Amino acid sequence: MNSIPNTSRITPELVAEHGLKPEEYEHFVKLIGREPSITELGIVSAMWNEHCSYKSSKVWLRTLPTKGKRVIQGPGENAGVVDIGNGLAVVFKMESHNHPSFIEPYQGAGTGVGGILRDVFTMGARPIAALNFLRFGDCHNVKTRRLLAGVVAGIGGYGNSFGVPTVGGSVGFHKRYNGNILVNAMAVGLARADEIFYAAATGVGRAIVYLGSKTGRDGIHGATMASAEFGADAEEKRPTVQVGDPFAEKLLLEACLEIMKAGCVVAIQDMGAAGLTSSAVEMGAKGGLGVELNLDAVPCRETGMTAYEMMLSESQERMLMVIADGKEEVAEAIFRKWGLDFAIVGRTTDTLRFVVKHNGVVEADLPIKELGDQAPEYRRPYEEPLPRPVVAPEDVRTNASVADALERLIASPDLCSKRWVWEQYDHLIGGNTVQRPGGDAAVVRIEDGPKALALTTDVTPRYCEADPFEGGKQAVAEAWRNLTAVGATPIAVTDNLNFGNPEKPEIMGQFVACVKGIGAACEALDFPVVSGNVSLYNETNGKGILPTPAIGGVGLIEDLHKSMTLAFKAAGEPVLLVGKTQGWLGASAFLATVCEREDGAPPPVDLIAEKRNGDFVRGLIRDGLATAVHDISDGGLLIAIAEMAMAGRVGASLEAPPAGMDPYAWWFGEDQARYVVTVPAGQGAEVIHKAEMAGVPMVKIGKTGGDRLILPDDRSIVVESLRDRHETWLPIYMGASS
Amino acid sequence: MKPAVILFPGSNREQDAVRALRLVAGAKPQVVWHAEHELPPGTDLVVLPGGFSYGDYLRCGAIAARANIMDAVRAHAAKGGLVLGICNGFQILCEAGLLPGVLVRNARLRFVCREVLLRVERADTAFTKAYRKSDLIRIPVAHGEGNYTADESTIARLEHDGRIAFRYARRDGQIDETDGPNGAINGIAGIYSEKFNVLGMMPHPENYIEPEIGPTDGRGLFESLAGALKAA
Repeated sequence: MNSIPNTSRITPELVAEHGLKPEEYEHFVKLIGREPSITELGIVSAMWNEHCSYKSSKVWLRTLPTKGKRVIQGPGENAGVVDIGNGLAVVFKMESHNHPSFIEPYQGAGTGVGGILRDVFTMGARPIAALNFLRFGDCHNVKTRRLLAGVVAGIGGYGNSFGVPTVGGSVGFHKRYNGNILVNAMAVGLARADEIFYAAATGVGRAIVYLGSKTGRDGIHGATMASAEFGADAEEKRPTVQVGDPFAEKLLLEACLEIMKAGCVVAIQDMGAAGLTSSAVEMGAKGGLGVELNLDAVPCRETGMTAYEMMLSESQERMLMVIADGKEEVAEAIFRKWGLDFAIVGRTTDTLRFVVKHNGVVEADLPIKELGDQAPEYRRPYEEPLPRPVVAPEDVRTNASVADALERLIASPDLCSKRWVWEQYDHLIGGNTVQRPGGDAAVVRIEDGPKALALTTDVTPRYCEADPFEGGKQAVAEAWRNLTAVGATPIAVTDNLNFGNPEKPEIMGQFVACVKGIGAACEALDFPVVSGNVSLYNETNGKGILPTPAIGGVGLIEDLHKSMTLAFKAAGEPVLLVGKTQGWLGASAFLATVCEREDGAPPPVDLIAEKRNGDFVRGLIRDGLATAVHDISDGGLLIAIAEMAMAGRVGASLEAPPAGMDPYAWWFGEDQARYVVTVPAGQGAEVIHKAEMAGVPMVKIGKTGGDRLILPDDRSIVVESLRDRHETWLPIYMGASS
Repeated sequence: MKPAVILFPGSNREQDAVRALRLVAGAKPQVVWHAEHELPPGTDLVVLPGGFSYGDYLRCGAIAARANIMDAVRAHAAKGGLVLGICNGFQILCEAGLLPGVLVRNARLRFVCREVLLRVERADTAFTKAYRKSDLIRIPVAHGEGNYTADESTIARLEHDGRIAFRYARRDGQIDETDGPNGAINGIAGIYSEKFNVLGMMPHPENYIEPEIGPTDGRGLFESLAGALKAA
């Protein structure tokens, strides 16, 4: 072992620069029985950082429900895999690129998209849709405009060129993201259920092949950066951000799918965070094999790269594969056809060691299991979050009338139209986009139909901050509801858990409670978690973001002709409210936007009511009884109705709130498990009777028709002028002319 | 009808074009790799599909215009064969010298994906016989560099010869120069070659062909081609 050169002395400072705690370093030294080389220190820092090892979150992630009758592959692989019938499977995952996007928004967001697309096609799936979940700082913050413009251009620049439709997402603003924006990207792919590819290597002595772009010095230590808080020097970290090449990714996609079809692939792992290190270690550790790499064979973009640099580079659009015996030439020919690099850089071994050689010298020789799936785990101390008091409607004061409040909310940063954003994404490529951005969920046809997938990303960070457990439940419930509202059966979720510094007990407390809430909701709604990502240390100068566990939901529609949209379709149709309304204003959008206060407990989520009401609404859609459906979320009942009116360019006249109900609480309360449904004229009573029989609360609250929203005891609002307000806030904010 | 759809390494709407030719024109298109030198025997329509042929980090379509297969496409066009270039395909046709002018960055400097209204400028070509002159059709665009421009004399010649295929229009049928998706001169969305056998257009008719996906105004273009090639 003494043959490993140690040109740099491993000082405590060097250890700290690698993001390792002194006790972690001691543990490592004990494990290998000697002082590590600098390359080894780099490797262990890459594998044991939070981003790659999930060391703070693992014990809690294990509590999530991950099984279901459709689940083919749950968490732990590159992406989750769920059976959708006809021999097909949907493959999907969501992942964060928060830190790089804050430093260099265009490349950071673009490579985030690239990374998640790679995760999906690594498993043998062709990506058919992309979504995202974005949070920016307060719109008055000087950086917000530039970050938003850069992130959106970066997501579009990558996805549009790669050729995947970006069909949905969520954009929001809050001052707690001023120093730490969130960029979570989700990709969804389609594969044959019996042709899924995995990372675990099998067979001793097989060739390990490097494919794709060349290795450069970009992104060295990206994963370590992603596992640290930002200080005032965040901008100086720009060199750790990778640069994306969507064209190379497109070539890699086509070459990988072709090489898989040709039966060449035994195991495959993309090079994402911590590049060559993490992909090689994961293949070996998961397969119970050792790996020996010869870095002399690695295609490099620059000369004179050291072993340390090659092992930690995060150059994009690269893959590692174990090739089937005797298939090396076939594989190489396919890669040459696509103009990509192909090099045999190592072999699998039976030693369970991770050995790295460069210029004939052993630069690293480490136990592979301990680097990979047996990395350290922490059960960090946490504080139970304190419940907030419930806000009573009589404690809410405003001079705004209901109509005023509606106009303010509909043009507020969080609730305004995000057209300016999604028009920069090619959401039509592929010719399968049945429902475009702007609805409850995107709907994408599967091949030539009639099946389709419904897709959404959701969470209400305000609720998670106010009550992490209920907030976690609500995130799942809202995703489930959005899928239900387009007529889909929700089948599985991916999650992207964005939190602050887990070493602080109150942050860890938020994390634990959110995960428990997510788990409870997924269990109750039969909505297993099949993949996900954890992003911690989202703090700048000691201030954490709002707890933001984004949920990516996937639903299945058996016949897309029976999917539903939220737009009012015709005049004279009864407008029905599904679900019970107590008038919950705590932590609501109304309270934040109109009353400028963010206090109070968020609406509790009754998962039994959620399931019962949702199943009923889905049944109405399937039976052809509903003409429009919209879930009620941010902004409450009146916002939902306004969105339906604007989408259909049809007005409605609305009845007065029930006796004794505060009008603000009625129109803007955010009680859960609710939907607005319209049915054909004359069928209201029949549908309400059906609801009664099913034990689902349902009341008629108005009728569609005309060109305005007619509110009881208030001025009426012309739908077209409301639409103008809704559509223009963001373009005006971004300084655009349309 | 024997269409060939050319596949460059970064093409990404080739399957959309294949689907439109299959569903609307009832054809069985051949997909031809850019490195080939010949079109399949009997090819009567060449489609250059949308995408980012070679990444297009520099001038869109500039490298693709020099691909092996493009000599065969030029020869096909020279014989009067039909060529349709959509989006990146239009950019490639301009770079390849098969159409005049150039497509530069959108006036607002942002990628734009949205439905636009197109005015059909003439309905007597192989590409547009299923429409009527001055029809307003709904077709989506999806591009970052679709701002058509050329020198004054070229524009004057195109206008004089009636070689404008489609223009971005408002609901009242007037040309949409200021509010169009990309700032193209005279609202130009597509142009013909001198012999009207080559059409380049930025919008994507191939994405508007099925009622379950959206409007179907794109069908007319493929119906026209099917009609023209059946008669031939």
